[in-house]
Amino acid sequence: MTSQINKHSEYLDSILHFRRHNANDLLQILREAQEHYGYIHSDAIDYLSEKLNLPRSKIEGVAGFYSFLYLQPQGEYRVLFSNNITDRMLGNMDLLASLCDQLWVEPGKLSEDGLLWVNTTSCTGLCDQGPAMLVNNIAINRLTHDRINTICELIREHVPVSAWPLEFFAIEDNIRRKDIMLGSDFKSGSALAALKQRGAEGVLNEVKISKLRGRGGAGFSTGSKWELCRAAPGEQHYVVCNADEGEPGTFKDRVLLNSYSDMVFEGMTICARVVGARKGFLYLRGEYRYLLDHLQAVLQRRRQQNLLGNSILGEAGFDFDIEIHLGAGAYICGEESALIESLEGKRGTPRNRPPFPVTNGYLNQPTVVNNVETFAATSLIGMNGGAWYAGIGTETSSGTKIFSVSGDCERPGLYEYPFGVTVAQVLADCGAHHTQAVQVSGASGICIAAHEFSRRIGFEDIPTAGAFMVFDQSRDMFEVARNFVHFFAHESCGFCTPCRVGTSLLSNMMDKLAHGFGSPYDFAEIEKLNVLLQSTSHCGLGHSACNPVLDTIAKFRPAYEKRLAHKDYVPAFDLDGALFQARQMTGRDDRGAHLERGNE
Amino acid sequence: MIEAHIWSVAMNKDNTFTLDGKLIPYHEGQTIIQAAIAAGEYIPHLCFSPEFKPHGSCKLCTVKANGRQTASCTQQPQPGMVVESNTKELNDERRVLLQMLFVEGNHFCPSCEKSGNCQLQATAYQLEMMSPHFDQFFPDRPVDATHPEYLLDFNRCILCSLCVRASRDVDGKNIFALSGRGIKSHLIVNSKSGNLADTDFSAADKAAHVCPVGVILKKRVGFAIPIGQRTFDEQPIGATPHPTVKGA
Amino acid sequence: MTAPVKKLKVATATLAGCFGCHMSFLDIDERLLELVKLVEFDRSPLTDIKHCGPCDIGIIEGGLCNAENVHVLREFRANSKILIAMGACAINGGLPAQRNHLSLPLILEEVYHAQYGLVDGFIPNDPELPLPLDKVHPIHEVVKIDYFIPGCPPSGDAIWKVLTDLLAGREPELGHGLMHYD
Repeated sequence: MTSQINKHSEYLDSILHFRRHNANDLLQILREAQEHYGYIHSDAIDYLSEKLNLPRSKIEGVAGFYSFLYLQPQGEYRVLFSNNITDRMLGNMDLLASLCDQLWVEPGKLSEDGLLWVNTTSCTGLCDQGPAMLVNNIAINRLTHDRINTICELIREHVPVSAWPLEFFAIEDNIRRKDIMLGSDFKSGSALAALKQRGAEGVLNEVKISKLRGRGGAGFSTGSKWELCRAAPGEQHYVVCNADEGEPGTFKDRVLLNSYSDMVFEGMTICARVVGARKGFLYLRGEYRYLLDHLQAVLQRRRQQNLLGNSILGEAGFDFDIEIHLGAGAYICGEESALIESLEGKRGTPRNRPPFPVTNGYLNQPTVVNNVETFAATSLIGMNGGAWYAGIGTETSSGTKIFSVSGDCERPGLYEYPFGVTVAQVLADCGAHHTQAVQVSGASGICIAAHEFSRRIGFEDIPTAGAFMVFDQSRDMFEVARNFVHFFAHESCGFCTPCRVGTSLLSNMMDKLAHGFGSPYDFAEIEKLNVLLQSTSHCGLGHSACNPVLDTIAKFRPAYEKRLAHKDYVPAFDLDGALFQARQMTGRDDRGAHLERGNE
Repeated sequence: MIEAHIWSVAMNKDNTFTLDGKLIPYHEGQTIIQAAIAAGEYIPHLCFSPEFKPHGSCKLCTVKANGRQTASCTQQPQPGMVVESNTKELNDERRVLLQMLFVEGNHFCPSCEKSGNCQLQATAYQLEMMSPHFDQFFPDRPVDATHPEYLLDFNRCILCSLCVRASRDVDGKNIFALSGRGIKSHLIVNSKSGNLADTDFSAADKAAHVCPVGVILKKRVGFAIPIGQRTFDEQPIGATPHPTVKGA
Repeated sequence: MTAPVKKLKVATATLAGCFGCHMSFLDIDERLLELVKLVEFDRSPLTDIKHCGPCDIGIIEGGLCNAENVHVLREFRANSKILIAMGACAINGGLPAQRNHLSLPLILEEVYHAQYGLVDGFIPNDPELPLPLDKVHPIHEVVKIDYFIPGCPPSGDAIWKVLTDLLAGREPELGHGLMHYD
């Protein structure tokens, strides 16, 4: 046993040293341990338990929560196919089948030789250049049969992922329409210089005047949030940038972090000055692992330029630094209180609120949690003033919004518009034809049908965090909804009864309909589930889980009608299929060995 | 009894709320359900226990506070707050939550040693749950009989985390924890083998006595309390604000 | 001379059940004499009529474990205005459903091939035998059920309460003491 523990102690010691034996960093420690060893070995848990003074059960419980952490060997290659509806529309399942065929592996099962493990994963945020996959946490885009064939070769020959063709990993920005943010000539340090001019109070005032609302989806007033945090008593204040971007169809933050990270970090730094924070976190979703080195380099450069660290721009006492924490495959960690739990090294279950993070956040201290785009906007506001910003967009929704457009259109990618733009305008600009529907703001958003394309994007009409998925007439809107429902069932944190069980019940119901066992009775059931989840769920995930289905039933009823058995009530399973095993075991195939579909 | 409570606290609008029309006093730091229980009122609950910090996972205790639905175990009252609990709408919701719990696990009452002393079962009786309504999941869940004195039957676990809280906060042992996510969430124990026998769990632990359902069971007591004399044979769970369970 | 009261037709059957609920039904004792003034029995263990015709109330004990159960249940649903699931097995699968976490092939192998003391084991395959379903199902998972009487078995009093509530046109209610799942 001792020699086995030594096997893990070497790499764990260096990780623990780097993390200063801080139990709050448990998620990062586990992630790094896995990156080194391939999975989290039981002996490694023992060692960590001893060194961090944490019970084994706690460490195992944390590892068990996150999709990207494994307690069992997962092979030399862990291949995860992004399974958002946009990936499916581009034929990802064919590619998955081909890869599995060629490499003699079943999805979800470790291959016999321990070489690889293949499965699907939730939207990886590459919808504009899909189908996409993650191999050992690194993103590969634009999958084709050719690429898959090459990948099979590489895997067979045990070529390390770092030596694979560079073009596989060339993730593009695809910026299609720039406005004040994407088209800004922002120079690193300019917003901080403006901060120096205006002072903390001055900048806070500008943010308030700007009427900026959070760009992560909830739309809370950024000025109010910063003000509340600033006023809240605490030993330390914290600034957290929510880069968990897990909402299917959303990939705008990916681009901001790739090409506009100075603007984002500068916004965080301004916030730190306003609220009195010395430490900030960028919580980066695990699927964007490929951005880590670049972001660390940007932070390092900013430190060298005195834009981060101690005495920023020469101001004594203005000390602020940013640490990057990676997520590990849990959409729920995009919810701000679950994100904070994750930062504290725990399972990502949302907290009871009130109290809210602005008063009781990270380590129970006052914390601002804002989206990537929100922080970038505050840099612009710091420079150009709040009135300028408020003059753009609409009365209720000031400024611009970045959309991540994907699906059936000629030019998927990033489009920045002032708020108030119509859905029709976006469709025209991205080259969408024969559009049947648009899913705005992802799985938890709204499905817009053709007669609504004149509606406007903004908090007063159709709010959005940015996702804009386009479906043309050839698409089956039932399958779109079903994809989203599977997503919610997979991503439910499991804390509260209504969402934990309800999302599975809903998923089963949609599968029932998909297999031709649906009846009008099921519609009533879905309605009832929705009311329950809306009223009793612990967080927004439960509240939104039924939305995709209700929207599509209301607006695309024919897609459901064709799956109804035209009876009042149909059992969820194939009764004749339920006799299959018995037929096999007895060798019978006579009439009595079968059950016909009934007239119930 | 309620009158005695009322007169013992200075009654003004600053520290009372109404629960189904009844005036309930509260003090700073109490949640709705805590104040209700102190005043002798019953709100259905499973993961809440007066001895532990509120958890908020089962959602049975959902009430309507000033028109908004919220978990009464985590919601702090406000002066003059109007709280509704015993309404058809809320009881219908609670019944569905119970049905969800019943289909999620394998709750086979006829052979369960906790039957009659089980809070899940008793709450379902209280809310007249006549059938599970949904299709049963029939999950494949383990039974851990490794410990010499205690049995763990995970078929019945409702993830209330009372054992987790008791073991961590009272026993200081951290025997129990939750792992997995979503519908795959499950209880684990603090040992490498995953077996209870390899932990320092003991019959004297608080955690051995807090399970509201039939997961953590003392071995070799079987059906010691005859039918008719079990906790919830004698009175329904709604007869008291929070039950004192026999044989716990 | 008054016209005879039109009696309600009641049919009952046991599917994958132990008949305990039917035995419990008989615990209504002399109230049976009251009952038969109001109802007449169609297919039922009491009458030995083999197939149920149109009836007002159908009562099913037991869940679905094989194809024959499904045929009977369908016949009942088609012919009953009101269909009642009586007892744990009908309502949630009950004892027979405790096999559901095991695979059917495994069970058949164990019973007919691997059991100690078996000689020349083989899995019965006569066409007369109903084939088992891969999982045991509560009856409401296959047909719409109108009412449920929980219990294992429900007491005679509980059954009586539900039947009299229905006959009087009331929504059935059991209350403490009559309501139990064991």
